[in-house]
Order: sequence, then C-alpha cells, then structure tokens
Amino acid sequence: MSGTVLPQAFTDLEPFAAKWCIPAEAARYAARLASTMPEMQAFYDAAFPRVPDAMAHLDQFPLHELPERELNLLHLVYSLVMVSLPVEVWHQPRVIDSGTAYFDRYLEPVP
Amino acid sequence: MAELAERPASWTGRHPELGTGLVSYEDSISPEFAELEREAIFRRAWLNVGRVEQLPRKGSFFTKELAVARTSVIVTRALDGQIRAFHNVCRHRGNKLVWDESPRGETSGVCRRFMCKYHGWRYGLDGRLQFVLQEEEFLDFDKADFPLVAVNCEVWEGFIFINLAAEPGQPLLEFLGPMVRGLEGYPFHLVTERYAFKADILSNWKIFLDAFQEYYHASILHSQQQVPALRNFETGFKVPHFQIDGPHRLISTGGWKGVPRHMTPPDQMYPIECATQAGLLGPWERPDIPELDPASLPAGINPGKLDPWSISNFQLFPNFVILLYERGWYLTYHYWPTSHSTHVWEMSFYFPPARNASERIRHEVTAVVSKEAGLQDAGTLDGTQMGLESRVISEYPLSDQEITVRHLHKAVGDWVQSYLRGGQAVRA
Repeated sequence: MSGTVLPQAFTDLEPFAAKWCIPAEAARYAARLASTMPEMQAFYDAAFPRVPDAMAHLDQFPLHELPERELNLLHLVYSLVMVSLPVEVWHQPRVIDSGTAYFDRYLEPVP
Repeated sequence: MAELAERPASWTGRHPELGTGLVSYEDSISPEFAELEREAIFRRAWLNVGRVEQLPRKGSFFTKELAVARTSVIVTRALDGQIRAFHNVCRHRGNKLVWDESPRGETSGVCRRFMCKYHGWRYGLDGRLQFVLQEEEFLDFDKADFPLVAVNCEVWEGFIFINLAAEPGQPLLEFLGPMVRGLEGYPFHLVTERYAFKADILSNWKIFLDAFQEYYHASILHSQQQVPALRNFETGFKVPHFQIDGPHRLISTGGWKGVPRHMTPPDQMYPIECATQAGLLGPWERPDIPELDPASLPAGINPGKLDPWSISNFQLFPNFVILLYERGWYLTYHYWPTSHSTHVWEMSFYFPPARNASERIRHEVTAVVSKEAGLQDAGTLDGTQMGLESRVISEYPLSDQEITVRHLHKAVGDWVQSYLRGGQAVRA
C-alpha cells in the first residue's frame, strides 16, 4: 500500500490519482482545460465503470468523517464528473459555443 | 386537451399594455440610459443581497459591493438577533469601513464591532458610533450624532432585501406582490447546501436576464442537451405557462416534450447521468423531505398546475431570479450592472445538505451540468451586445413565448419614465 492514496479496492485507479484527486471545482475545471482529450479519455475509460462501486464504498462512511483515502476517492469521482462532459458531449475540453464565458465557483460544500 | 383549449391563443395578447410591435434595445446600449437606471431602479427598488444562512450567528456580517449604486453595504446580524444594513462608509473621513484584502473586494465574518482601519473609530453592530480616538480633540462633538448610515433592510422567506431610497416607495411585501409571494412557505431553510459562482460578463445586465427568461433558444443553443440521435434543429421547445404581476414574471416548464428528464429512456441520456442518477434538472431521486414533496409545496410554486411540472422560474424585478426544481432544489441568479455594457453575474445552487457521498456526488453532477449549460448562455452575450451596439438594426421582433423579454424592457422603461416624471417608483 505504500505510495498509494486510494482505498485498496480502487488500486486500478492509482495511476490517475496524482493528477485528478482535486478538492475544489475551480482547480478541476482548470485541470480539464489544461488536459488533452486522450488524457481525459484514458481517465474516463478507467474511472467511469467504477463510479457505482465508488459511490457504494463511500456511502459506508459518514460524509463528514471520510478517512483520507476515501476523501481522495471522492475527489477523484468529482474529477470524473468534470471530464465526463468533454468526453461524452463536447468532444473537446471547452464547452461548445461558450465563447469567452468563465464562471468562477468561489464557494462549495466541503467535502 | 381540455385544459389547453381554455388557454388563450397568445400569451402576449393577454397583456395589451405590452403591445406586439418591434422592440428596441437602446436601453441596453446607451450609457445615458444606464445612468437613469441607476437612479430610477437600483436606488429605488428592493434588491436581494443574500440569505439569512450567510448570517448564522449574532455578530455575523458580510459586505456587498453595489457598483450600480456607487456604494458598498454592510449586512449584519446584531446582538439582538435582528438583521440590519448600513452603508460601508466611516463617518469620520469617508473611508470604507469594512474590507479585507482590498477595499474593492467583498468580505464576511463574525465580529463584535466594526473598527475603521484609518483612525480606529468603532461602531456597534447596531451602527452606533461607540469609540472615537482622542474624542476630546473633536470640537462640539457628540458621538450619538454620527452613527453608520442605515439602509432599509427587510427579510422575506430568508432572503435579505435592501432598499437604498431614503423612504422606499413601497413596503417590500407590496413590492413583491401576490405572484412572487406565492413562493411563501417553500422550505428554503432546509435547502442550504450552496454552490456559488461569479462571472464578469461583457453585456448589459438585461441581455443576460433575457437569455435566461425565454426557452425559445433551448433546442438550438443547448442542442447537445439531447443525445445526438435526438438533436433536431427544425422543431423547437414551447413554454407551457407564463404569468406577469407588476414588474415581475414567472415561467413554468414541464420538461422536454412533456417528459421529465429523469423519466426519459436511458438511451436518450448521457452515460454520466445514468451512472450517477443525476443531471441538468437535479438528482433523479427527490430527497425524502416531506416539505419538498410537490404535493405539499405552496400552490403558488406551480400556479399553472402543470402536470408534469419541472421548473418554475420567478423573475423578481429588477435583477433577481429564483428557479425552483421539482426534484427538490433551487437556484438563484443576480445581475449587477457595472456599466451600460458590463455586469457582474452571480449564480448559486441550493440543495438539501447531502447525507452521504452519493448525494453529494449527485449534487456535483447537477452543479457541473447546469454550469456548462449556463456557459453556453453566457457565451452568446458579448456577441449580442456587439450586434446591438452596431446600431445596424434599431428594432427587433419577439415571439409570443419571448413575452418575458418584452415585459422586462417595458418594466424597466416604465420605472425610468416614472422617475423622470418625478413620481414614486410604482408597480409597472
């Protein structure tokens, strides 16, 4: 387990943890815009099938007392949500026809 | 179909005062008109500046920058529990009293008193001047004569409103009127998990309001909300219910082709929606909070009695929007002018606090998907502002379901005309 950051059942997602365990949406959005589609596709292909397992695993813990590894997994799922629209809908990092628009999420629940 | 037959052929026709003619957007490109709006509207109408949850304790406060009124306001919960608002200006030399990193930025926190960073004058949460450094050096001086300048402040359903007029033309409840007050009783206090966004927008404030108050654009600008097989640029979307009351508007919808999103077949949705059971219109599962069951909601939330019903979009004059979703959450928009061609826009999503990670993830899906739709709406705005400012075209047509656009510009014009005639701000 040394060097790993996710719960044991999710070691298959470890290669993506360093880049995508991001607590805040603003940083996740920035990471998305700074990523290529092949990068996001690879993360999506690995993580999307694990979403139901991740939700079931995380629901065993009180949301506000998640152990560190579970918290990392939650942040990884948030990032999967963030890349899902580029992969499934837009086929590019930016929202199609969003022009110069940029919304800054400055307040959100923790975790 | 019987219900349909009773409806008038035209929503616009119900409101002869709105006319049916072409509409000018000179009110959105004229610096002179923006100056009139500052006086006639933003210094006279009731403005929402936040919610009571932002002031959880005695001594809680936040500041609100109101460039449109060239002022900053402190909103605070005093030791007596009452919520009050003051202009954020020290009585001594005019310095901005409460700020954190920059005088131009907003701040919030908890304190017992406000102390000016300049000469240390201190004010109580009730606005009274409590302490003056070397008070004996001030001649013919009585602290009691120098409280913070109070701003009219009222709370309705947990929403904090201010009015910058010395004497508001109307009490808040009269200003809101019966249609908006149909929201009374919605359990806002149970829907407090907040996601807040801010954006600098390169258009007049009304142009963005217009973008979010008609759904004629939905099937085109947001074509990708449908999976590719369902996209169609030939058939549009029609809103089933409108209402107008004074300067305020209401739009209710039932869903795409009458089918709520969570009930559409899986092959007509995106994989992330199915995997998490959440999407644009919220988590599929409504939280099991009895107060959020549509059957227990106040009748005024869905006054058109739409079945199915999915969203009611309350447009509170001048710049505040509340959208309530059948799936048990709501969002707000605020549009704060910074010039005739720019504004600061705020959006907040509110959900019942997540009780586990799955609920939190579903909220995240809805917050992400809704933001992306909003980015498309915002993406058009500088292009519209540029087109209008070219003045190549002076008047534009509006369809029947764009009655809300017609009404906003009429209401704004009526308030400005009333101001120019020297009258009180009246319900349009």
